[in-house]
Amino acid sequence: MVTSTSTPKVGEPPMMTGSGALLKSLEILGITDVFGLPGGAIMPFYDELMSQTAIRHILVRHEQGAGHAAEGYALAKGQVGVCIATSGPGATNLVTAIADAHMDSIPMIAITGQVFSTLMGTDAFQEVDIVGITMPITKHSFLVTKPEDIPATVAAAYQIATTGRPGPVLIDVTKDCQQGSAPFIWPDKIELPGYKPVQKAHGKQVQAAAEMIAQAERPIFYIGGGAIRANSQKELREIVEAVGAPAITTLTARGVLSDKHPQNLGMPGMHGSVPAVLGLQESDLLIVLGARFDDRVTGKVSEFAPNAKVIHVDIDPAEIGKIREADVPIVGDVREVILDLLPEWKKVKKTAKPLTAWWERLETLRASYPLGFDELDDGLLAPQGIIQKIGQMSGPEAIYAAGVGQHQMWAAQYIEYERPGAWLNSGGAGTMGFAVPAAMGAKIGQPDRIVWAIDGDGCFQMTNQELATCVINDIPIKVAIINNSSLGMVRQWQTLFYDGRHSFTDLQPLDGPEFIPDFVKLAEAYGCLGIRVRTEEEVEPAIKLALETNDRPVVIDFIVSREAMVWPMVPQGVGNSNVQYARDHAPSWDEE
Amino acid sequence: MTQHVLSLLVEDKPGLLTRVAGLFARRGYNIHSLAVGTTEIEGLSRITLVVDVAGSPLEQVTKQLNKLINVLKIVELEPEQSVQREHMLVKVRIDQSTRTQILEAVNLFRARVVDVSPDSLVIEVTGDTQKIDALLKVLEPFGIKEIAQSGLLAMGRGSKSISERIFKNQ
Repeated sequence: MVTSTSTPKVGEPPMMTGSGALLKSLEILGITDVFGLPGGAIMPFYDELMSQTAIRHILVRHEQGAGHAAEGYALAKGQVGVCIATSGPGATNLVTAIADAHMDSIPMIAITGQVFSTLMGTDAFQEVDIVGITMPITKHSFLVTKPEDIPATVAAAYQIATTGRPGPVLIDVTKDCQQGSAPFIWPDKIELPGYKPVQKAHGKQVQAAAEMIAQAERPIFYIGGGAIRANSQKELREIVEAVGAPAITTLTARGVLSDKHPQNLGMPGMHGSVPAVLGLQESDLLIVLGARFDDRVTGKVSEFAPNAKVIHVDIDPAEIGKIREADVPIVGDVREVILDLLPEWKKVKKTAKPLTAWWERLETLRASYPLGFDELDDGLLAPQGIIQKIGQMSGPEAIYAAGVGQHQMWAAQYIEYERPGAWLNSGGAGTMGFAVPAAMGAKIGQPDRIVWAIDGDGCFQMTNQELATCVINDIPIKVAIINNSSLGMVRQWQTLFYDGRHSFTDLQPLDGPEFIPDFVKLAEAYGCLGIRVRTEEEVEPAIKLALETNDRPVVIDFIVSREAMVWPMVPQGVGNSNVQYARDHAPSWDEE
Repeated sequence: MTQHVLSLLVEDKPGLLTRVAGLFARRGYNIHSLAVGTTEIEGLSRITLVVDVAGSPLEQVTKQLNKLINVLKIVELEPEQSVQREHMLVKVRIDQSTRTQILEAVNLFRARVVDVSPDSLVIEVTGDTQKIDALLKVLEPFGIKEIAQSGLLAMGRGSKSISERIFKNQ
């Protein structure tokens, strides 16, 4: 309810409390779902939230869950995600999710309550300087102390979060600001003189890019998450097909070009496919679209694609030349740039070099190094096969959210993505515990889709409290715990690089009681359907039952071998030409 | 020469200096000196930064600064095309035997004595970095007790102003 303290005269803006103005502003922006948890300093706003129906509020169990849910919502729906917390610890619990959204350029608005402005700076109860804390991990942040500043601030926050290179924006609102009243005036024009993201690129640069592509003998499209943010799926496919060059999609770009597309070589990087990794290495021209040369993609930068020229398209000018010098730098929105590039390409296409020899080489790599895994000696299930099966049985219209670690890499490798928004993960930040709350947020944003959280047992124990949120709010997500009883990725590195010294990575004692906790019982305690799977024969029926169960969340505890490793792999700190297809194919690891 | 002078036109918002300083700290850029003050336009401040960019190219520094929402404009001021000044107060030990020599130096550098006590003088001097350094070198043998120095201030020569384009855009 938007409270009026006095009856406005006709033509005069209505009087509203700060919290009423906050709610009204979110409504005007078309926000329909928010995730949060109340506390002292945000209570006036929660009082408003209670008495309205335009915005659905999901009460989480931990603010980090609200943050990741907002991210999952944003990624799945392609709209801004909103999370809300109180001051102090409520706000600091959002920090991980805000940092995560910052690293992966996810549009997010984080609203935090703040103590009375008169108490700020006095070490008041539940006071932290959240604006100060989040400065390096937000695109921008605002502290609002006056109710009349709310509408313009929320409008600006939305503008900043959703345009240019998207990212998280924090709005910290003092309690007295929420309680005070002012006329509600929605701004006609958002005043951000220092914020002018470039959408459209220089024509000459685009022309130069087309000419450079025509000159190349071994060009390759290096497609990053920016291609998804730019909604460029259709145009991207057009340019990739028009040029006829191979393409790779990074971890955050999976699905923007279908994995089924014959020109898609898969994912590059530390755990990329051999054709994708070596395709980049051997290329003479990288056509980089919305990617940022992340160290997990490039390996040792000085040895990355050593003979390649670079066309770098990004909406953030600071990404161009940050890691790798660009021969043709293009600042602009990926979709807009492709739309300009298509006609330029037509003009030069006749002069283009044939790519036959290049494709022959890549097809040889594809045939020699297909994605694959071995069964394990300990008789336990191979995790890769389970994840592959989940993907096959759930299909390309489903959504898959992952945590971070081995299961994440396997989910990136073994599920075929055919559309943007199907694969949600924490790429840049590498946040364990992302999967369950992100899946929850995704299911709110896309209620008609099957939503899986592919999680590890380590990750799952960081955020599984949100299963309570899911059960109570009828958010029937499906969780596949790839349970190897260990922090698998760290354990893998210990096996490979630390002489097998598994320092504190076993989550279950090797000789102790089997399950601490018992995830099936835990699932049941939350009111979810819990299923345990130990054998090959149980895999399919369990997934089938999960897909058929939509009246509550499902948790499948897949007991898998802790010996399984993620391959291929480029060891950290070396050039990508040292990619190892499997451990047997590895020369001495001592090189490092 | 790895030092560059950047002039930033910024919105005068709380926390702005933290944003700028924090950016330098976390990206590993060195700030050699920093001076902040108001401008001829209400609500806008000007920051003059001397940055040491031995480790990272200047272009990356300015691009990252440009991403700050409250930064409106960044101009690099080349020494030849700009006026660059520092301001310093220096307290020097003084006695009967050194008094004349020090006052000569003050006159020579067109500095000013702004405080006198039996055993010390406070000298005020304005000039470019070389002049300030040269005066310090001359005063050093007498015993410098204290120095307070401003960051570098700089302004482009000629009739153009850093805020012109900002107004035209609006």
